[in-house]
Amino acid sequence: MLVLAAALPASGALAVWGLRRKPYAHWIGAGAAGLAFAAVALLPVGRDTGALIAGDGATWWHRVAIPWAPSLHLDFALAVDGVSWTLALLTALLGVLCCLHNAVGAEQRAADLYGADQASASASLQPASAPLQEPAGSVENGGTPGGGDPVTGVHAAGPATSGHLQVATGASGSLQDGAGSVEIGGPPLAAAPVHGVPSGAGGEERDGWQSPVLTALLLAVQAASTLVFLADNLVLFFIAFEAVLLPMWAIVHRFGDPRTRRRAAAKFALFTIAGSLLMATGLFVAIADTGTADLGAIIAAGGVSSGVSLLVFSLLAIGFAVKAPLWPLHSWLPDAHTAAPTVGSVLLAGVLLKLGTYGLIRVAGGLAPEGAADAAPVLAVLAAVGIVVAGLVCLRLPELKRLIAYSSVGHMGFVVLAFAAGTEAGLRAALFGNLAHGLVTPLLFFLAGALKARTRTGSLTALGGLRLAAPALAGLLGFAALASLGLPGLAGFWGEAFTVYAAAERGGAWLLLAAAAAFGAFLAAAYLLRMLKHVSHGSVAPAAFGIGDVSAAEAAVWSPLVAGTLLLGLVPGPLLALFAEGHL
Amino acid sequence: MTALAWLLIAAPAAAGLAGLLVHRRDFAVVLAYTGPGAALACAAAVSFANPQASYVLADFGSVTATAALDLSPGACAVALATGFVSLLVQLYSAAYLRDDPRYAPFAAQVNLFCAAMLLVVAADDLVLLLIGWEVMGACSYLLIAHYAKLPQAPGAAAKAFLVTRFGDVAFVLGVMITGVAAGTFRIGEIHDAPTLAMLLILFGCIGKSAQFPLQIWLPPAMAGPTPVSALIHAATMVAAGAYVLTRLLPAWPADLLLVVAVVAAVTMVGAGLCALAARDVKGVLAWSTVSQVGFMFAAVAVAAGDAALFHLVAHAAFKGLLFLTAGVVIALAGTDGSLRATRLRPGDSRLAFWAMTIGLAAMAGLPPLGGFYSKETVLGAAYEAGTPAGVVVFWAGVGASILTAAYATRLWLLLFWRGPGPAALPAVPRAESFSLWALTAATVLVGALYYAGPFEVPELHGDLMALLLLATVGGIAIVADSWWRDGRAREPVPDRDPARILGRARGALAEGLYAERLAAKATRSAAAALSAAATTLDVRLVDGGAVEGSARATLAAAEHTAEGHRGGLVRYLRLSAAGTLVVAAVAIGVGLWN
Repeated sequence: MLVLAAALPASGALAVWGLRRKPYAHWIGAGAAGLAFAAVALLPVGRDTGALIAGDGATWWHRVAIPWAPSLHLDFALAVDGVSWTLALLTALLGVLCCLHNAVGAEQRAADLYGADQASASASLQPASAPLQEPAGSVENGGTPGGGDPVTGVHAAGPATSGHLQVATGASGSLQDGAGSVEIGGPPLAAAPVHGVPSGAGGEERDGWQSPVLTALLLAVQAASTLVFLADNLVLFFIAFEAVLLPMWAIVHRFGDPRTRRRAAAKFALFTIAGSLLMATGLFVAIADTGTADLGAIIAAGGVSSGVSLLVFSLLAIGFAVKAPLWPLHSWLPDAHTAAPTVGSVLLAGVLLKLGTYGLIRVAGGLAPEGAADAAPVLAVLAAVGIVVAGLVCLRLPELKRLIAYSSVGHMGFVVLAFAAGTEAGLRAALFGNLAHGLVTPLLFFLAGALKARTRTGSLTALGGLRLAAPALAGLLGFAALASLGLPGLAGFWGEAFTVYAAAERGGAWLLLAAAAAFGAFLAAAYLLRMLKHVSHGSVAPAAFGIGDVSAAEAAVWSPLVAGTLLLGLVPGPLLALFAEGHL
Repeated sequence: MTALAWLLIAAPAAAGLAGLLVHRRDFAVVLAYTGPGAALACAAAVSFANPQASYVLADFGSVTATAALDLSPGACAVALATGFVSLLVQLYSAAYLRDDPRYAPFAAQVNLFCAAMLLVVAADDLVLLLIGWEVMGACSYLLIAHYAKLPQAPGAAAKAFLVTRFGDVAFVLGVMITGVAAGTFRIGEIHDAPTLAMLLILFGCIGKSAQFPLQIWLPPAMAGPTPVSALIHAATMVAAGAYVLTRLLPAWPADLLLVVAVVAAVTMVGAGLCALAARDVKGVLAWSTVSQVGFMFAAVAVAAGDAALFHLVAHAAFKGLLFLTAGVVIALAGTDGSLRATRLRPGDSRLAFWAMTIGLAAMAGLPPLGGFYSKETVLGAAYEAGTPAGVVVFWAGVGASILTAAYATRLWLLLFWRGPGPAALPAVPRAESFSLWALTAATVLVGALYYAGPFEVPELHGDLMALLLLATVGGIAIVADSWWRDGRAREPVPDRDPARILGRARGALAEGLYAERLAAKATRSAAAALSAAATTLDVRLVDGGAVEGSARATLAAAEHTAEGHRGGLVRYLRLSAAGTLVVAAVAIGVGLWN
């Protein structure tokens, strides 16, 4: 099962790549991701529940080890426990959702093109006739190209119908605010036959956006990340860690925002490679010191010898801090997140950042606990600075995706601060906050992507009135924003509040860090409310005029994230219990 | 019985969450009534048993957050008041927002708000309480921002959320420090908390209860629909701060009570003055809420938790009544609620007139209405306390009583006794009049809680009653005198407003002493400056300087190295000849040396 969890998405990636010309390639990818999710979800079955000690002294649930290149200390050793399982599950979940998003987007787009051909005759007439007609009516016409078309009809059924009713109210709402908005609304109306459809597709990026190659790359990222979370061998860990980078670079480089993607991808790759080289040095120092590359065994033995502990921790921590990212090593992140396509941002936020924090907590903290204790104040101060600086920067960012990306720096600051506090509560808060961020921020990126696809802008000043134009989308955005600002009762709260607890537990100067973290949560509220004020409130902006509301397919893709956020917020106990039996 | 205790919170929460998903108005209305209705029934049932419950919610190793409820008699009374007011607000708003397309989310948010308040009331664990506490703040944000067309609504909503959240920074820190010190978050098990933690928690409560110096969010929050104001002001959010303080009273260090007393005294008197000068109906009521919650803080300052709760419940009744009546009056008068324009004759709507009269009389503390008993209890407790804190709040309370009577009388005179109002009067919907009737009855009857209630309150003092009545009559007399003299003046006074007795301070007080504007300006410029500085640090220095700089340096180094390798054949020949010479010279030198 362990091997399947990593092998399924990998073989899926190859299959999709091989069949990339076929129209059903997307669904193969989604199927592979789904199977991988099932494999990961089944991992807890028959687990050793802590009492049983495996041969090497570790309390893994399951462990597989196949010798690969013993002279390099390289074994194909996989193992899983409560800590890695939750992250692997998150990875698999996001993998499925991203593949589905792609597949649905491709279908939608095919339908759009077909519908646009059909409607092209009437569409060419519309710009002239739209100002004469009653505008609300013309929005409806524009919103459903080929309304009777059987392919589009599948997606327009159900919620889309009510969505269109609300579009009509939104349109009339903005009409009352001024006749000017109707005239400005003219061009989007003309474009509506292709782009205003209630779907996540639309012209977000260039033509090849939904290419099956993207699905293949997503699966490759998923496979490698799963391998990172499950690896029990340091060399294997390093190989998998590097293997994540290539497909992710390709996603940003090939499918990103055409204006910035090359630069962002290069920055991302160089930054992370520089980090990984330091990390590799640290790993090999550790292997040389202990004579084994078995992660579980080293952790069980209490880490490397105290002479090299600080060195190992510093090298590893810098490597992981780049990925996490910890201020001031974060500057690749906003560029990469902003330039990446929606699914790329989702995976970056939901999975890649988790590689950094997982590595920091499990590998760096596990291999060199003494070094971690020595370096904790430095990490904690950097994390607290990161929380506050990211919050302040977010207060004036003009672009939606960039804002969400920067907010990640703050959230990850909480995770690192909790880890640095080093107490039991701190570790659990760090792991919890890590996972919660993996649910909330991907949701925000999905929503931002959907919004950008509809309005074709991410500029906060160009948006407005989403609450009237697309109430369900605005509602979800509000929900995600509240979750992201750490509203108690939603997932974000437990990690952040108990980060404050863990810092307060240390007493003394750590109280100041606790205060900084609490203030960071206030800043998060400030910038997210600012975002909502620009995006949701006010009168309908021209860019948001006549956009479609959430489609059934989108709702299906997003609902697991919404449900997970609510569930973790209301019932945090089981997850914490998993962490408690984890192996740190 | 514990199941009922959980249902008390779960019913409105579930109704609220379900309500967010429905679009049809009739479903929304049903859910709107079911939530608080079920909560009210549960509250009534649990007040016979006072159940306690506790489950592990989140185990963080060294500390555990529990889902613990403790429905003490006082908590049950507050829960009843919350359920009652929420139900009537739902009833009222179904009629009030009859033409609003966004009614369904509105009703759902009111239900969530009610659930959050009930969670605060029932929770016996500070972390669980925090959940209700902040969800309530978030719901207030959503509800205040309800009107999409009102330009100031989003700003006011964000202000309400951010100011309370600013207090919550301190609150969360205080809770966490308390948890560290006590090893538990159970309110019942915290016996003495560090002074710092309690100060921080107090600051959070000040923010939530809109006390000095965080009173700035409440007056702009009037941008929300009137039923929302009734909800926020009467039994929920604003009262929550005072409620939490009463719950924590056993752990309160005695020397800290003086701080509470000063906050309460400043707030009671200051907000009373602002209410006297306020320019619109809801503004008067908003400032009066700030002042009345100051009375609850005053009771806390003399360690009389039950007196504070009694005043909370009495205040819930009359303030809910006053806000809902104000909504009716403004609708009848067809104005935006400014005092200059809003006027009715008593005969225009007997119900509105009497509801407003009784509500104002209760607020001013006229016997035998609820407000009289509760205010007397608070001042009686202060009188008996004999501590410095007691002295401070007693005299501030007497002063605030004079002011309360004055602004209540002013509002009453301006609303009903300025001659003819509008020509055409719309009918008052039946659901709205029912809510007014029910709250009027509650306002009249809530005084009975003094005799047969769950509260342990001090005896009535004859001399104190006399003093209080004298203060009230004095307040009424001051305003009435001004009114009467303006009425008798030879030439008609253009602005017949008793607020003129405030003299030059009137303008400043009407603006809340400009605190809101100053705070907004200061915050905005501080945020802008800090944010610009952070951006400079982050984008210019870290990203532009260190990162891009190192990239540029690497590129430059590469460029230079590459340049050295880009000569022609002659250059390479020269270089190799020179190199050979150097090697030869060195070799010869080394040879000679040896």
